[in-house]
Amino acid sequence: MSIPILKFDAVIVGAGGAGLRSAIQLSEAGLKTAVLSKVFPTRSHTVAAQGGVAASLGNSEEDHWTWHMYDTVKGSDWLGDQDAIEFMCKKANEVVVELEHYGMPFDRTDNGKIYQRPFGGHMSNFGEKPVRRSCAAADRTGHAMLHAMYQRNVKANTQFFVEWMALDLIRDEEGHVLGVTAMEMETGQVVIFHARATIFATGGAGRIYYSSTNAFINTGDGLGMAARAGIPLEDMEFWQFHPTGVAGAGVLITEGVRGEGGILRNSDKERFMERYAPNAKDLASRDVVSRAMATEIKEGRGCGPNKDYVLLDITHLDPATIMKRLPGIHEIGIQFAGVDCLKEPLPVVPTCHYQMGGIPTHFSGRVVMPQNGDVNAVVPGFYAGGECACASVHGANRLGTNSLLDLLVFGKSAGDSAVEDLKSGRAHRDLPKDVSDKTLARISALDNRKGGANVNETRLAMQRTMQDHAGVFRFSDMLKEGVEKILEVEKAARQLEIKDKSMAWNTARTEALEMENLIEVAKATMISAEARKESRGAHVRDDAPDTAEFPNGRNDAVWHKHTMFSPVDNAITYKPVNMQPLTVDTVALKTRLY
Amino acid sequence: MERKDYERLRWRCIRRGLLEVDIALTRFLDDGFDKLNEDQQQAFVELADMEDHDLWHLISGQADIDDDRLAAIVELLRKS
Ligand SMILES: Cc1cc2nc3c(=O)[nH]c(=O)nc-3n(C[C@H](O)[C@H](O)[C@H](O)COP(=O)(O)OP(=O)(O)OC[C@H]3O[C@@H](n4cnc5c(N)ncnc54)[C@H](O)[C@@H]3O)c2cc1C
Repeated sequence: MSIPILKFDAVIVGAGGAGLRSAIQLSEAGLKTAVLSKVFPTRSHTVAAQGGVAASLGNSEEDHWTWHMYDTVKGSDWLGDQDAIEFMCKKANEVVVELEHYGMPFDRTDNGKIYQRPFGGHMSNFGEKPVRRSCAAADRTGHAMLHAMYQRNVKANTQFFVEWMALDLIRDEEGHVLGVTAMEMETGQVVIFHARATIFATGGAGRIYYSSTNAFINTGDGLGMAARAGIPLEDMEFWQFHPTGVAGAGVLITEGVRGEGGILRNSDKERFMERYAPNAKDLASRDVVSRAMATEIKEGRGCGPNKDYVLLDITHLDPATIMKRLPGIHEIGIQFAGVDCLKEPLPVVPTCHYQMGGIPTHFSGRVVMPQNGDVNAVVPGFYAGGECACASVHGANRLGTNSLLDLLVFGKSAGDSAVEDLKSGRAHRDLPKDVSDKTLARISALDNRKGGANVNETRLAMQRTMQDHAGVFRFSDMLKEGVEKILEVEKAARQLEIKDKSMAWNTARTEALEMENLIEVAKATMISAEARKESRGAHVRDDAPDTAEFPNGRNDAVWHKHTMFSPVDNAITYKPVNMQPLTVDTVALKTRLY
Repeated sequence: MERKDYERLRWRCIRRGLLEVDIALTRFLDDGFDKLNEDQQQAFVELADMEDHDLWHLISGQADIDDDRLAAIVELLRKS
C-alpha cells in the first residue's frame, strides 16, 4: 500500500508552548517547517498555566540567575543536571523579553516594567527569603503565551497540521530519526512526514493516574513513540502531586482554601493533620500534607464507598468569605463533586500534576541515549523540549513557574540546534523500506481484532493501578505488586478492540492509539519507581524514611544518579547526574530543607 | 447530526485545554446532547468553539453571555 509522503526541513510534533517556540526558530531561519497538533494550537494544555513564568529580571527587587539556579538545584533535590540548570536560568530573561516583543501582555508595574510576584521555592540570596520572580499575564499566562507565539508563527509561515495525530517515530537502521507517521483525523489517512529534523513537544502524560489535574489530552504520545522506537525514558519515577484535587475528577483546588482555614478530615471526622504536623497542621508543605493524606487512606481511614479519599472541610467558614475570597470553589464543588461546600466537605485526594522525567535530552535540545559506551550519545535528527523532555532541570521535583520557562528555553534551543544541524548540511536520508509497516499493523490490528480488551476499561485499570501503587507516597510491597499488575494491564493494552471501524473522524481509534502510548509511560513509571530504593524529591518511600544517616530518606552514595528505563526489555540502567555547571561553581550536595 | 459531524464535535469536546471544560463537555455529550433539537445542537457546537477560559467562566457562572440561544445551552451545561 502506498502512503503519501510530505517532505519538510523540520517536523515538530506539538503546538503547545514548547512546539510553538521551536517552530519560530526554524521558520524564521527560512526552513520549511510543519507543526502537527491533536488540537488547535491555542487549545494545547499550556493554556491551563496561570501562575506565571520564572525569570530573575529583578524588576521588583534584586535578583540573580545564580540565585534562581540554586533554588532549582535544591528543588530538584540535587538530581537536576547543573549544566542544563545554569543554561535555563541564565537564558530566562532573554526568552521572557522576547515573548514581550512577540506581544505577550505581561502584567506591568507602575513604571511600565514586567510585574513580578513571589512563588513557592523561589528565594533570594541562595535560599534566604522569598523573591518576586514570576511573570504573569493576569490569570491567563499560558493562554496569552500560546496566542503570542501562534501569531508569530503564522507570520513566519509555519505550516500547521491541526487535528493530526503523530503515530510513530521513523528511525533508520543507523538510528537516525527521519520524521513521523501521522494520521489526519478528518480522513483517517496515514501520511509520512519525511524531515531532516524531528522535534517532539508533545507535553506530559498525567493521564496515567486516576486522579490528575492534567487535561484529557496529556496521554504521553511523544514518550510512547520514543519508547516504541527504542529510545529510553529518563527519571520516570518522579511525578509531582498536588495535595488537593477533587476526588474522581482531579480538578485542582487551590492551596488558598486551606489558607483561609479549610481543614482536612478522615472517615472518623478527625483533623488528622494535627498528628502529622502539630504546628503547621493543614498548612504544612505540599509534600507533608499529601503524604499524610495517602497514609490515612492506606490505613483504612479514607472516606466514601471505596475509602479512597479524605475530606476538605470549610463548612465552619463564613459563606460570604468563601464566595468572596475563594471564587470558583463553590462551583467546582457543585460541578465536579456534586457537593455544596458551604454545607458539606469536599472529597479530595493527592493528585498527579507534573511529569519531571521524559525523553532524555542535552540542554541543546538534542535527544541523547546510551550508545557504544557513551551514556549521552546524540540521536541524530531528533530533538525534544517542554514537559515531554528531560533535560534534566527539574530532577526529582519541579519548582512552580519553572516549567513554562523550560518550554521557552528548551523549545528555543531545540529549534536553534536543528537550524544549526540543518545549515551544516544534514540532508534528507532515505526512508527505510518498511517505514510505515509498524504503524499500519497497529491500526489494522485495532480494526480487525475481535474479543479484545475495551479501551475505557483498560485505561481505568491502568489509572487505578498507578494511583494505588505508585502514588504520592510509595510503599515497597505495593510497588512490587504494582509492577506485576501494570504488566498485566500492558497485555490488555496490546490487545485493544474498537467497535467503530470508520476511516473519517474515528475518535474510538484515536483513543485506542493514545492508550498504547499511556501504557508505555505507566510501565516506565512503575518499574523505575520500584527500582529506586531511596526517597528523593517527589519519590517518597515508606522503607526509606528520614533518619540521621539518610536525611529525608535520600541516599546519595547509592542513588545520586538518573534512571534510564529501556522500553525494549523493561531493563533499567543509570547514568550520572551532571554536577558541573557551565561557568559557575557546583551547587554542592546538601540536605534539602525548607 | 451526521456521524462525521458528531465525531468531529466529540473530539473537540473530549480534548480541551482545561480539564474543567473536558469534564463538563464530555459529560453533556454523553448525557443531554442527544435530547437537544437541531437548533440547540448547533448552539452547543458554537459554544464548543469558544476558548477554554471563556467557556469555563460561563459554565462556572463567573460570566454571562448575551445571546439567548447560547445562554440556554449554558444553563443546561451548568445543570448536567
Ligand atoms: C492546571 C495546571 C497549571 C499549571 N500552571 C503552571 C504555571 O503557572 N507555571 C508553569 O511554569 N507551569 C505550569 N503548569 C505546567 C505547564 O503548564 C506545562 O508543563 C506546560 O504547559 C507543557 O507545555 P508543552 O509545550 O510541553 O506541552 P502542551 O502545552 O501540553 O502541548 C502539547 C502539544 O502536543 C500536541 N500533541 C501531543 N501528542 C500529539 C500527537 N500524537 N500528535 C500530534 N500532536 C500531539 C498537543 O496537541 C499539544 O499541541 C501547569 C500545569 C497544569 C496542569
